[in-house]
Amino acid sequence: MADKIFIKGNEAVARGALAAGCKCFFGYPITPQNDIPEFMSQAIVDAGGEFVQAESEVAAANMLLGAGATGVRAMTSSSSPGVSLKQEAISYMAGSDIPAVVVNMNRGGPGLGDIGPAQGDYYQSTRGGGHGDYRLLVYAPATAQEAYDLTIKAFDMAFKYRNPVMILGDAILGQMKEPIEPWTPELPGETEGNDWRLDGAKDREKRLIKSLFLDEGALAGQNQRLQAKYEAMQGEIQYEAFETEDADLIVCAYGSIGRIAKSAVRKMRQAGHKVGLFRPITLYPFPAAPLLELAKQGKRFLTIEHNLGQMVDDVRLSMRTVADSDFFPVYPGNLPTPDEFEAPILKSLEGK
Amino acid sequence: MSELQEKLVFDRPESVIDRPTHYCPGCHHGVAHRLVGELLDEMKLREESILIGSIGCSVFLYNYLDIDAVEAPHGRAPAVGTGVKRARPDKFVLTYQGDGDLASIGMAEIMHAANRGERICVVFVNNTVYGMTGGQMAPTTLVGQRTTTCPGGRCRDKEGLPIKMTEIISQLGGVAFAGRASLDSVKNIRTAKKYLRKAFECQVQDRGFGFVELLSACPTNWKMPPVKANERIREEMIPYFPLGVYKDVTEEGGAC
Repeated sequence: MADKIFIKGNEAVARGALAAGCKCFFGYPITPQNDIPEFMSQAIVDAGGEFVQAESEVAAANMLLGAGATGVRAMTSSSSPGVSLKQEAISYMAGSDIPAVVVNMNRGGPGLGDIGPAQGDYYQSTRGGGHGDYRLLVYAPATAQEAYDLTIKAFDMAFKYRNPVMILGDAILGQMKEPIEPWTPELPGETEGNDWRLDGAKDREKRLIKSLFLDEGALAGQNQRLQAKYEAMQGEIQYEAFETEDADLIVCAYGSIGRIAKSAVRKMRQAGHKVGLFRPITLYPFPAAPLLELAKQGKRFLTIEHNLGQMVDDVRLSMRTVADSDFFPVYPGNLPTPDEFEAPILKSLEGK
Repeated sequence: MSELQEKLVFDRPESVIDRPTHYCPGCHHGVAHRLVGELLDEMKLREESILIGSIGCSVFLYNYLDIDAVEAPHGRAPAVGTGVKRARPDKFVLTYQGDGDLASIGMAEIMHAANRGERICVVFVNNTVYGMTGGQMAPTTLVGQRTTTCPGGRCRDKEGLPIKMTEIISQLGGVAFAGRASLDSVKNIRTAKKYLRKAFECQVQDRGFGFVELLSACPTNWKMPPVKANERIREEMIPYFPLGVYKDVTEEGGAC
């Protein structure tokens, strides 16, 4: 068993990226993700990679586009207002099949908001975020260990689908320290992407990576290919089901709020209440099928989010023909405790 | 009587694809493309090159040069080029940008890539208008010049003076070569090629950022015939945008 290290979630993301063979990191300061570029500025250079503190989030995301086009594993990280600025390049990357990993340590919004945790970027993350019809594969870790593990996986998925993959955390995940067990995956090696990456037209035809399709039918064809890709991603859904089997009420929550809700569920179980937790780990694709299965068993649902109601739309869509979900919001700007969730959970459990 | 001798005196560079361009008659993009293609051939860079296309008329450059290419969002080519070069420092990286792309929406990206001394080359085509979108006012539009968004002529008080990019870029620490040439005449085209060669060499020799501004004609949006457009470059553009080398570290005998 590997030695445990005691680190922040932000550092877990950075270390996960390095373990996954990330060779380029492009950052820009914004709270609460600064630990990632700060850690990377030395660690990725020590690992033989490149660090650039870009002039803006816009530039950082476009540097990522460039590095990704060469088939090199690369990452950028930011927090909500900065991720809004990255949307231009994210749309271009999705439109031109460029793999990359984008980290968003969600803070309160809208606008400058605050620097505390929030989940207000769920829509932006799961609906593409920029212009056009596209999707990112979105992972929502709830612990530092998961942040490490899912960041490694994010790189594999980005290259498997040639698509940007997002790690969506929040200020709780990023700033909280906890023990993790680092591990090293088997890496794909130098040949990754060698059938499409840009490395000079030597002994082969030139390659072109672009998102402009002006010929008649060409853009429709590209959109069709992208949709097929998103369809294939449905096979990647991940979720945690905790005490759901005999539960009368299922709490749906993701990320840090999922973890806090789990504490509430555990405590209420001890008091004899038949409650469980369903925690989506992939937010896109959303784990709709397993949720529908639970709905068909006649269970009630309560969605808790650190926003004014975003994921609850996906929960309702998943089970739209058989059940509905109550919703309890934690307002961005407030920090919830497990105890605060007990009353709304009891209320939904009793069907009030 | 001697036999008729055939001697090939002019040919298409290997790096330039044999196909008609979409450019208007009298447009200088074709000349600029050819200069780039000739240098890629002469410096044996074709197989090592990655082109960063930008937004504007030249977005289709990747259809005309026989090299790997990626398309950047509007103005972001220097950032995309930074990402490509950092990921593959062994490759030759080139951006090709117009004045709207580089000097307006992409001002932050060009300034910082130059200041960092990214080992990339930037070919900056300045024709004083947004060409592809139909001839709107650009940051380089001359005072008094009429465009579709300054129909009464660019006004100094409201729209400011045209931006002199080569002068600005040459002040930044990471720049190894910065020069402004013109494509209006054979003599000036030769100088343009010399500057481009210098900029390319600065990247190959790991000296720093290379920047070449090319004053170019856009007869369609200037609403004048090609010959008149060439005259306009000489009479109106060159006096405001003086030609010459603004920085050359190879002359100073050291890396930046």
